[in-house]
Amino acid sequence: MMKITCPFCGARNENEFHRGGEAHIARPQPSMDTSDDVWGEYLFFRDNPKGIIVERWRHTYGCGQWFNVTRDTVTHEIKAVYDIEAPKPAIDAQ
Amino acid sequence: MSGFRLAKGGAIDRNRPLSFTFNGKFYQGFEGDTLASALIASGVDIVGRSFKYHRPRGFVGAGVEEPNGLVQVGTGARSTPNIKATTIALYEGLTATSVNAWPSVEFDIGALNDVMKRFIPAGFYYKTFMWPDWHLFEPLIRRAAGLGQAPIEADADRYDHAHIHCDILIVGGGPAGIAAALTAAQGGLDVVIADDGPRLGGSLLWDFADQTDDGVAFAKMAVTKLGDTDSITVLTDTSVYGYYDHNFLTARQYRKPPGASANGTANSGNTAERIWKIRAEHVILATGAIERPLVFANNDRPGVMLAAAAQNYAMQYGVAAGRRAVLFANNDHAYKSAIALKSVGVDVALVVDPRQNPDGYWPKRAREMGIVVERGAVICDVHGEKRVRAVTIGKASDNDEAPEVTQTVTCDLVLSSGGWSPRAHLFAQSGGKLRYDEAIHSFRPDISVQKETSVGACNGALRVADCLVEGSAAAIEACAILGKSVTAPIFGYSPETPVTQPQAPYFRAPSPKGRKAWVDFQNDVTASDIELAARENYVSVEHLKRYTTLGMASDQGKISNLNGFSIMAQTRGVSVRDVGTTKFRPPYEPVTFGAIAGRRIGDFYHPIRRLPTDQLQRELNAQFEDYGGWARPYCYIRDGEKKEDAVYREVRAVRSGVGLFEASPLGKIEVTGADAGVFLDRIFVNTASTLKPGKARYGLMADENGVVFDDGVFVRLSDDLFLCSTTSAGADHMFLWMEEWLQCEWTDLDVYIANVTTSWATFAVAGPYARDVLLKVTEGVELGNDAFPHMACRAGTVAGVRTRINRISFSGELAYEVNVPAGYGEHVWRAIMEAGAEFDITPYGLEATMLMRAEKGYLHVGADTDGQTLPQDIGYGGPVKKKKSDFIGRRSMVRPDAKRSDRLQFVGLKPIDGTQALPIGGHIVEETQGTRKSAGYITSSYWSPVLQHGIALGLVKSGRDRMGEHVRIYDDGSFRSAEIVSPVFYDQNGDRLAS
Repeated sequence: MMKITCPFCGARNENEFHRGGEAHIARPQPSMDTSDDVWGEYLFFRDNPKGIIVERWRHTYGCGQWFNVTRDTVTHEIKAVYDIEAPKPAIDAQ
Repeated sequence: MSGFRLAKGGAIDRNRPLSFTFNGKFYQGFEGDTLASALIASGVDIVGRSFKYHRPRGFVGAGVEEPNGLVQVGTGARSTPNIKATTIALYEGLTATSVNAWPSVEFDIGALNDVMKRFIPAGFYYKTFMWPDWHLFEPLIRRAAGLGQAPIEADADRYDHAHIHCDILIVGGGPAGIAAALTAAQGGLDVVIADDGPRLGGSLLWDFADQTDDGVAFAKMAVTKLGDTDSITVLTDTSVYGYYDHNFLTARQYRKPPGASANGTANSGNTAERIWKIRAEHVILATGAIERPLVFANNDRPGVMLAAAAQNYAMQYGVAAGRRAVLFANNDHAYKSAIALKSVGVDVALVVDPRQNPDGYWPKRAREMGIVVERGAVICDVHGEKRVRAVTIGKASDNDEAPEVTQTVTCDLVLSSGGWSPRAHLFAQSGGKLRYDEAIHSFRPDISVQKETSVGACNGALRVADCLVEGSAAAIEACAILGKSVTAPIFGYSPETPVTQPQAPYFRAPSPKGRKAWVDFQNDVTASDIELAARENYVSVEHLKRYTTLGMASDQGKISNLNGFSIMAQTRGVSVRDVGTTKFRPPYEPVTFGAIAGRRIGDFYHPIRRLPTDQLQRELNAQFEDYGGWARPYCYIRDGEKKEDAVYREVRAVRSGVGLFEASPLGKIEVTGADAGVFLDRIFVNTASTLKPGKARYGLMADENGVVFDDGVFVRLSDDLFLCSTTSAGADHMFLWMEEWLQCEWTDLDVYIANVTTSWATFAVAGPYARDVLLKVTEGVELGNDAFPHMACRAGTVAGVRTRINRISFSGELAYEVNVPAGYGEHVWRAIMEAGAEFDITPYGLEATMLMRAEKGYLHVGADTDGQTLPQDIGYGGPVKKKKSDFIGRRSMVRPDAKRSDRLQFVGLKPIDGTQALPIGGHIVEETQGTRKSAGYITSSYWSPVLQHGIALGLVKSGRDRMGEHVRIYDDGSFRSAEIVSPVFYDQNGDRLAS
C-alpha cells in the first residue's frame, strides 16, 4: 500500500485515495467541432509507460481534493505531488 | 517410540505439567513446550500422512518450516485446521488431530497410493483424466485432496486490526534483530521489534553445543532492557507476513494459541488474533535462515529430521528426538548439532559427510569428542517403515549412479543438513533483487529497492558474532538517516567465532533403483518428478512449480524450493543462478480468514444506512431490504397479507386515495454560486440555466461516452441556488462526479456544491387526496393548482417545521415531495399520518413505487438502461438536438455508432398471450435463416393491479419504429408473446399529474 502525500492533509495511506487516471488530458474544445479521431483519442487513448506516469488522485476519505502525482509504475515511487492546475513538471524518466 | 524427555535442560518448567490430546489419546507435556516437542517427548513418531501418497510422516523441523506436522486444533466453534504443531505453544486441554489421514495416522487407506506411486507421477491427473472431460473426474479427485476440515460452526473468537506508524521496524528477534534493537534504543526513535516466537532470542535460545554458552542469558538481558525502554515496542507471537509498497508491512499476532478458549492468556483482550498494519520509515530484516534437508532415498521416513531441529528440541525443550543418531551433512554447522545431541546423551553413531576433508572448527571438535566421521560418503537409503531402523552408506561420487553400499548403520534418528537458506522472503516481497551466493549455495539479498536493510542470517551471515555486528551497524545507519546519532552498545556477550570451511555444493545422493527421494515433503514431490518436468520441457521454475506442485503447499516450499531448483539446474546442466527462483508472494505464513476479516463481519461487514424514521417504519411492520446500502421498506405487511398482496394494496391506495412514502435516501445536491446555471448546463443533458426560480425540471446525466448514468429532478430555489436530486444509490457518485469536473476541468467557474442528502428527510405524499392532507398541516404555502402547479417548488412550514416542498411525482398521481431537516423527520411523518387518517393515508414501500413508475413508463436508470444507452435511445434525441450549449457526452452522441438506426430503444411491452407479467431479462428473439438472434430484452416487468395485466419495459432494437409489432420473448426454455407499445401504460395524457 503506497503512502501518498496529500498537498492539503499530509501523508496518508493509499486506501484513502482514488486514482483518476492520466493527468493533463485536455478536453477538445469546442467538442462538437472535433473529428471522430480526435474525440476518440481524448476518450480512449492513454499512455501506459513502464516508468514515470503523471496521473491525478483524489483524497476521497480526507479533504476530497484532487491533485496531480508523478509515479513510477515499476517501483511505485512517487516523485512529485502538485496542484491540479500547475503545469506538468519536468521529471527525468530515470 | 524413539523420542524421550531429557532429565534436565531446556526452557521448560518441569513443575508445570500440561495435559493434551492428540488423535484422541491423552498425553502430557510441560509449560514451555510446543505441541511438537511434547509429542516427540511422548514418543510419538507419526504425526501425519503425506498429501498424495499418504506415507507416514514425522516431524522434520522445529518451527515455521515444518512440512509434515499439520494439525487441526480445538473443537467446535474454535476448531482451526492446518496449524503447525511446531509453532503452537502447548496449553492445558489442547486437542489436536492430524489433518490428512483416514481412518488414522497409523493405518491410512490412502496409503494404497504409495504402492501405486510408480504410476502417479507429476502431471498424472492432467494426463490421465483428459478424456472425455477433466470436469467429470475433478469432484472425485478433489474429495481426496484438501487438508483439514473447515469448521462448520461460526467462529467463536474475535479478531481485530491495528495500525502502527514507527521509525524503525525490526523483523526478527534473533541475535541480529536484538543487536539492532538494543542499538536503536539509544536514539529514542519509535522502534518496533516483531518475532513469531513467544519470546525474543531466535537461535540464541537453542543454537549452542553445550550449556556454557551465554547466548540465552544475553537474550534474557535484551528482553528486560527492551521492555524497559519506552520507545521500543516488542511484539511477540507476531509473524510479519507481507511486505508491500512504501515500507508497509502486515503482521499476524496470536493473542492466544489457536483453538484455546477465550481466556487463553492474560493479555488476550478478547481477541484471538490481530493483524498489525505497520508503516515504517526504515525496515531492518533480521529474519534468519532455514536449514535445507539433503535429498536421498526414503528421506521422508519418520525419524529423518533437520539437524538444527533436533538440536533445537534438545536445547530449548529438553527433548531427545531419538536414541541413536546418524548425521548426514555437507557443512560444518551441522556438526555443532551433533555435538549438542551428544552432550545431552544421544548416541551419535556416525557423521556422513560427502566432503573429502572436513576439517573446520566444529568437525574437529566432534572428532575430539569421539564422534566417528565417514568422509566422502553419502547415505544410500533409509530402512524402516514407520520409524527409521537403519541407514546404508556408500561412497560419494560425481556421477548419477547410486553408489555401492559399504556399510549399514542401525539408528532411529537421521539428521540431515544441506546448508542454510537465508529467509529472504520479505526482502523479495519488497521488490529487492536476490543473487545466488556460491559460498552458501543459496540466494541472498542483493539490491534493495525500499528503505530496508537485511542483516544476520537472512543476509548470509551464519555466525552469531557477525549477526551482532551487522544488526548494530544497520541500526546505526537507520538512526543516522532519521537524524539520530547512536553508537554500538556494549553487549556483554562475545560469542565464539569458529573458523568454518566452505560447505559442499552437494544436495542430493543418487537413489537406488525403485527408491524415491523426497524434495517437497508436504506436496509429495520427488526428485524424479522434477526430472520428469525437465524432460517434458517444464524448465522454467514457474512452470516447474505448477506442473509438479513443488512449493505450492501451505509451507510454500520453505525447505524444498532450493533443492528443487538445484535438481532442475543439475538436470539441465546449468547453474542454479540461471534457473532462478519462483516469485515470493505474501503471505509468508498462512493467515486465517478470521484475522484478515477482522471486525468487518456480520453487521460491520457493510454498515447499513438507516432512514430518519427507521423506528416508525418498524412500528408499521415495514419489510426492510437493502437498496444501495439503505435499509428501506419494500412494503408494509398487514394481518394475513403476503408481500404481493401488500404491494397491490399500497398501489391501489395511492391510485385511489393517498399514500405516504419515505423517500429520504433520494440524492440531494446543492449547487450554488454565480455560475451554477452554466455549470449545470454542462453537467445535464437538459438545459438548467433557463429555469425560473421556483420551478423544477427533469434532468438526465451522461458521461463523456454519452451513456446515461443517472437522472433526477432539479429545482431552482433562487438565481444562484439549485437543488439537484439524483437516484438514491447515485448520490455519492454524482457528488464526486460534479466535484471532479469543478476541480479538474472548469476551475474558472464560481460554483460550490454540497451533498445534503442526509440533511433532509424526504416524504412523498401522493394520490388524489394529497392536497387535502397537506392543507391540514402546512402553513405559508399556497397549495392550489394554479398557485403551485406540477413541476414547481415552494417553501413554508409543515407541522411547524420549515420545509421545501416540490410538486413532482414518481407515481403519476398528484404528489408533493416534502423535505424537512432530518432531525424533524419523525415529527413530520407522524403529523402527516395523523392529518391523513381521515383519508385512510397508506404508507407505501419501494416496490409499490417501482410498480407505479413502471406503469407510468418512468425510466429507472441502471435497470432500464445499460452501459451503452444514449439519451436518444430513451427518447431524448429532441432535447439534445435543440440544446444550445455543450455538455458532457454531447460529442459522443453523434459518433457513427450513436447514429445507427438499429440501436436498442426504450419501449413498453404488453403480453398478448395472457395477462401474467413477462419475464425480466427475457430476450426478444428473432429468427433469420434458421438462427435465433436477440433483438433486445426486458428490463422491468410487473403485474399491474390497476390495469389487471402484465406491463413491461425493455430495450428493443429499433423499438420506437416498431410500435404495435408482435415479438417473441424467450426465457428459461419457453416463449411468451408480446406487443411493442408505448412505455406509458397509465394516464397517457398526464391529467392526474396536473389535477
